[in-house]
Amino acid sequence: MTYSFELPLLALLILTAGGAIIVKELISAVLILGAYSFFLALVWAWLGAADVAFVEAVVGAGLATVFFLLTLSQTSPEDTRIRRPPPPIIAVIALPLLGLLLLYAANDLPAFGDPASPASVHVSPHYIENSLADTRTPNVVTSVLMDYRVLDTLIETVVVFTSGIACWLLLRRDAE
Amino acid sequence: MLELIEAALSRPNLVAFVLLLLWGLYITITHHNYVKKLVGLYIVQTSVIFFLVTTGAKEGATVPVILSGVEAPGAGDYVNPLPQVLTLTAIVVQIATLGVSLGLVSRIYRSFGSLDEDEVLEKLG
Repeated sequence: MTYSFELPLLALLILTAGGAIIVKELISAVLILGAYSFFLALVWAWLGAADVAFVEAVVGAGLATVFFLLTLSQTSPEDTRIRRPPPPIIAVIALPLLGLLLLYAANDLPAFGDPASPASVHVSPHYIENSLADTRTPNVVTSVLMDYRVLDTLIETVVVFTSGIACWLLLRRDAE
Repeated sequence: MLELIEAALSRPNLVAFVLLLLWGLYITITHHNYVKKLVGLYIVQTSVIFFLVTTGAKEGATVPVILSGVEAPGAGDYVNPLPQVLTLTAIVVQIATLGVSLGLVSRIYRSFGSLDEDEVLEKLG
């Protein structure tokens, strides 16, 4: 695993995340956010997470952009504020401190791509080695999602259903 | 101090995660437009998911789909599938919460005629 692809992709991620906020028009901001999602999908494909990359490209870059654009079509597409008040002191002090703390913890993390990292030696070898024999499905992600942890997925559909009901209740025409 | 900087720079994924997280939090705190606040929240959520997937990467491993003809797959040949499964759930929940919050924003605009936090607070009383 080389760093040749990674660094430009990460730079593009940070660039699009910054651009999504700096632009004044909200529609441009939302479209740049879609580009951000797509670069994220590319990074995940590069990390070997094919399923997550698909979901991000369809749901993150597609559906989230559509949601944002639908909202903007019913509201105002401009950030009307001309002059911003200075940011609160607590944000200016606390956020860099949080960042320094997170970077300080870098020393204790396992190296990137280490096959013997704690996350990769605890339970995940069991799933990789036995899921084909257990479920007859070559895709380990699918067999964990739809077989070993199927109750999680069931409750997840309840979450989506609940949010659908909430949106319907909020956006009814006769809701007053 | 120097080895701390070196440790951080040898993990560009962590640096990118920290930058995105802080940037998203900063936007959520300082911007007064509701849609921009949601954009910031979206960046925070995706940055955390990005960090989780990064922990599952393995040197010299491939996508966690067992190759055909392999009867006894070795754990070293495939990346860790568990963070990916958890993040799949997280992405769907993220979109669900985003949908509800955008519904709220659109409802606020219908009632108050503005997407600016201060104007809405003024009209509230």
